[in-house]
Amino acid sequence: MVVEAISEKSAKGDFWDGVRLSIPVVVAAAPFGLLFGAIAVDNGFSVLEATLMSALIFGGASQMVGIELFGQHVAPWLIVLSIFAVNFRHVLYSAGIGRRIAHWPVFQQALGYFVLTDPQFAVAERRAEAGETVSFAWYMGLGLPVYVLWVIESALGAVFGKLIPDTHALGIDFLLPIYFLGLVMGFRKRPLWLPVVIASAAASIVAYKTVGSPWHVSIGAVAGVLLAVILPPHHSGVEARP
Amino acid sequence: MSTTLWIIIAGALATYLTRIGGHLIISRFDTVHPRVEAGLNAVPAAVLTTLVAPAALGAGPAEWAALIVAAIVSLRGGLMTMFLAGAAVLILARQFVG
Repeated sequence: MVVEAISEKSAKGDFWDGVRLSIPVVVAAAPFGLLFGAIAVDNGFSVLEATLMSALIFGGASQMVGIELFGQHVAPWLIVLSIFAVNFRHVLYSAGIGRRIAHWPVFQQALGYFVLTDPQFAVAERRAEAGETVSFAWYMGLGLPVYVLWVIESALGAVFGKLIPDTHALGIDFLLPIYFLGLVMGFRKRPLWLPVVIASAAASIVAYKTVGSPWHVSIGAVAGVLLAVILPPHHSGVEARP
Repeated sequence: MSTTLWIIIAGALATYLTRIGGHLIISRFDTVHPRVEAGLNAVPAAVLTTLVAPAALGAGPAEWAALIVAAIVSLRGGLMTMFLAGAAVLILARQFVG
């Protein structure tokens, strides 16, 4: 009983720790949720469909691309393929985060993978790296506010889309790159950080100019990961096991 | 069922597949090779960099100022401090350079 009470208390604390870390994510994502709803309705989605898309896909960039193509009357299968392409980077997140949440029950893991967005992965990796356990309560404390507000903002944007003021002057179109840069900097103590960042930056810029978006993300990411794989293990800080 | 609904559901399934797929592949192996582990450790910096670099290249002085200040602040401060400092510089700089 005593043990149960203690673990319940720590789960509650873990949850609120996660919620606290979700605040910058919520702030950075909010304009995009509103914007997505507004653009979706503009491109022929109903308010319900726009909200449903946010609730089921929960991936901002891929939703924007999907809506854009829908407005251009592109074939449905091609829209789905594009959503898949934009979200393809999550395969790498999924492979990386599995080590951190393997101790959860399967159902919790299935739910955890559903909310595995860019910030969710990065913030969870930071916690694991700091030597702390990535508990289900903490992980959901981080992910749930982002998810719930994303869905609500999409609905609000769909209903009131035309009322959004000048987003450029408020700088909200560039908030996400700033936030992502902060996450990149957070991993600077990892072995090979600088070579990986340089390789990924160069490859993604070249791919962006040649192959085009969204493939620059996957191509740039693979370049950085491959570099870490190819370099001899004593550089990457991973000991060869007997 | 309407085409729109079909697109949403298929898009959601495709997305979930990417979010669970990497784990399903990796978990088939009993041991993770050190080089694979080194690759997985590089994932956050590698992917997140691709979300910043092309955007930074295509931006202007206001955005660059914001990124530079944010990067410097992140050497000392936390994620929230870095984010607020970058956003403040961005809004301020855009008043002058648009």
